[in-house]
Amino acid sequence: MDSTVIKTGTENSVWGGGESNQPLKASYGKMMMWFFILSDALTFSGFLAAYGFSRFKFINSWPIADEVFNHFPFAHGVNAPMYYVALMTFILIFSSVTMVLAVDAGHQMKKNKVIIYMFLTIIGGAIFVGSQAWEWKNFIKGEYGAVETKGGQIYQFVDVDGHRVGLSEIATAEPKTRTRHENKNGIWYSDEKDLPTYTIEEVIKGFESKPNVLVRTQILNEKGEKTVLSREESLARLKKDAIGIVEGANMYKNEYGSPLFANFFFFITGFHGFHVVSGIIINIIIFLNVLVGTYEKRKSYEMVEKVGLYWHFVDLVWVFVFTFFYLV
Amino acid sequence: MAHETGEHVSHTKRIWKVFTLLSIVTIVEVAFGIWKPEFLNTKVAYMKLLNWIFIILTIYKAYLITWAFMHMEEESKGLRRSVVWTAIFLMIYLSFILLNEGGYVFEVFQNGHKSWDF
Repeated sequence: MDSTVIKTGTENSVWGGGESNQPLKASYGKMMMWFFILSDALTFSGFLAAYGFSRFKFINSWPIADEVFNHFPFAHGVNAPMYYVALMTFILIFSSVTMVLAVDAGHQMKKNKVIIYMFLTIIGGAIFVGSQAWEWKNFIKGEYGAVETKGGQIYQFVDVDGHRVGLSEIATAEPKTRTRHENKNGIWYSDEKDLPTYTIEEVIKGFESKPNVLVRTQILNEKGEKTVLSREESLARLKKDAIGIVEGANMYKNEYGSPLFANFFFFITGFHGFHVVSGIIINIIIFLNVLVGTYEKRKSYEMVEKVGLYWHFVDLVWVFVFTFFYLV
Repeated sequence: MAHETGEHVSHTKRIWKVFTLLSIVTIVEVAFGIWKPEFLNTKVAYMKLLNWIFIILTIYKAYLITWAFMHMEEESKGLRRSVVWTAIFLMIYLSFILLNEGGYVFEVFQNGHKSWDF
């Protein structure tokens, strides 16, 4: 190595960048982990700022998070906003605590403690990812369904007391006039997408026969609640604008309101979930190394510290995602 | 390396203290998120007071995680500043530009120069 490097004779001075000159006083790996985290943090802030842009753009019609994320496991039909995501936040914070305890035990060269704490961290991360998947499932499936308008707006249904009414309670069952095209029936070998559960005609017909159901638009009033139209206006608007039904949320349509909300939700929580998954994988690798005693031989548990930095960063990002998606 | 080999004092007490703080802040946030008191709906600098509280508490949580859990307090001044200041400066800049422009687009839609609801 020495023979290939041209010496300048300044190796130990500031300009030489020598051994005695470590301005950041951190090992190469740890320093680079910090700068990776910095760049990743800027990526996430770009996403969250873009979310903020879209939200400010539609500030008077953005979906209300409490109405979207109000499920809790084993509590069907119960309106429980915030509780589930609060639980998820606690799980992630707690796995961060066990991680920092593992780092602490590593500093003291206590192998068995490192093993236990890292194991708990991995379990916590896995539970978090599972919870996130459940949250996605509820979001994708939707709950009440809504009607889409010509302008890409969403009309939801409420009764006179303001409680949400699902499409299934409104639509009248008409004999199906149309069956789904399958590739075995046609000369063109492709399937048609699934037909919507109800046609718009069924929904309008059912709406006419139920006088206590009203249309709720996306527009927020001064109190921050969605505007509910009068019965006459509901009927008029429904007949004039409605073109189809929306159930659940995907990248194009969203029964809760602006499709951008769904896009950002999928993208930001998905990207965060990807970080959690990769964090779990890296944690498992380091965990196995701890098990076989690699760091015991190396007499330094710095690798645990580095992977810990990444894990804390994942928690840090979630703190912001939690605020901007669920609270603000 | 920042840590010399040899005896290390355990930070366990501080870790649990920080965890307690983080939990309390999260519980306060969730409580406010469910309660949503009327008097915090007043607007301060374009945003509801409640939202400002959420954002300030979030930044406080971020500070706790970075300083205590990621041991930023033990790093050298140079490393700390090159990571933290860079992030804070760019984030403030980006959010200012994007939120400001988002508000502008909203006004354009609102004043009828262009419509998205037809």
